[in-house]
Amino acid sequence: MLSTVIKSSSTRLVHRSFASSAITRQAVPTEVKSLNKEFKIYRWNPDEPQKKPELQSYTINLNECGPMILDALIKIKNEVDPTLTFRRSCREGICGSCAMNINGQNTLACLCRIDRDENKDTKIYPLPHMYVVKDLVPDLTLFYKQYKSIEPYLQNDNPPAHGEFLQSQEDRKKLDGLYECILCACCSTSCPSYWWNQDEYLGPATLMQAYRWIADSRDGYEAHRKEKLQNEMSLYRCHTIFNCARTCPKGLNPAAAIAQIKLHLAAD
Amino acid sequence: MNYTRALGLGSALRRAVFAPKPLRNTQVLRSAVHRRTVQTQSLKPEDGTTILNTQRLARPSSPHFTIYQPQLTWIASIANRVTGVGLSVLLYGFSLAYLVAPSTFSSVNIIEFAAGLPEWVKIVEKTVLAAPFAFHSLNGLRHLAWDTGKFLSLKGAYRTGYAVLGATAISTVALVLW
Repeated sequence: MLSTVIKSSSTRLVHRSFASSAITRQAVPTEVKSLNKEFKIYRWNPDEPQKKPELQSYTINLNECGPMILDALIKIKNEVDPTLTFRRSCREGICGSCAMNINGQNTLACLCRIDRDENKDTKIYPLPHMYVVKDLVPDLTLFYKQYKSIEPYLQNDNPPAHGEFLQSQEDRKKLDGLYECILCACCSTSCPSYWWNQDEYLGPATLMQAYRWIADSRDGYEAHRKEKLQNEMSLYRCHTIFNCARTCPKGLNPAAAIAQIKLHLAAD
Repeated sequence: MNYTRALGLGSALRRAVFAPKPLRNTQVLRSAVHRRTVQTQSLKPEDGTTILNTQRLARPSSPHFTIYQPQLTWIASIANRVTGVGLSVLLYGFSLAYLVAPSTFSSVNIIEFAAGLPEWVKIVEKTVLAAPFAFHSLNGLRHLAWDTGKFLSLKGAYRTGYAVLGATAISTVALVLW
């Protein structure tokens, strides 16, 4: 159609007036039916601490929104309610900021697609059994302290005389599936053992990192690291529930790593 | 515009703009900008800690098992715990009762009592005893396999989970019919 119009317009004048020609005026953009979806989001404001936490409902048009839950949250914050508070940064699943409980499962909002069924609402809560700073923002102070407590860095009293620490390919392979963890806390806060005992039990995320350093052939403090876990609470509150592996947005398996620590400790 | 409104500068800027011409030099504009309409409060560094601590005391704990999606992983774990407690209570309760009143809880008395019950009560009671026993025993084997390093993938956890549920159903029926 377009080419025929241009071909027929031999004079310059006709060509220039093309933008207001009858054809473009007829071309109405196809109207997309709006797809209204209800989101129920946990709200709590520290400035009104006596008010109990509640679910607030927002309805947005999914046809004017990106595909992920994080897109919906940002749309709500930009267009509906600027007081809605949540953490976000990279929007591509590498920073771990937007970890939250979506439809009953912990995951990253940026990696979780919106269920496009209009009849079902989507419920969004902060990570379970954590102190709430505001709305969807949990207090992760203890989580980071626990991570710090396992000394998550290379310790070796006998560094090589020159150059870097060398490692065989097999030894390097042992770290696959461990080092990819982004510490989003999805697994730890999905763990019932961690819910009931987080003051003493380290939780799946921290324990997987503890194993990451136990398994590292370059680290010289294996005995010290294992000694720190050799008590009733730090490690052995893990009852192989597998919620951690089920929920991990990066597809890692903390349950298996913890089982490996148990095997290592049993062999001592 | 939004920016000035957010800072509370709106009215100050307006005053500067509509001021008589000789006053509209940069000097005046700057001093007007400095006079904000929002009230700020100066705090010492240690006040921040106090505010944080009062806030921390009031923080709610986010909801957990009431909102978490029911999954085979943790439901099976809770079921294992509950059946274990139930079976233990039964074992210890019965043993202690036998210790206190050996004649009342003797095997002969129990067999006579059970034989006198109606048929449907027998079936219900057998099911109530057999199902937790079968589940707890079989799930115990699943845990033993995990502790030796087997089936430690998510797929392994689900396959063994469904296998335990299937085997529990079959064993329960077998025990009830027995």
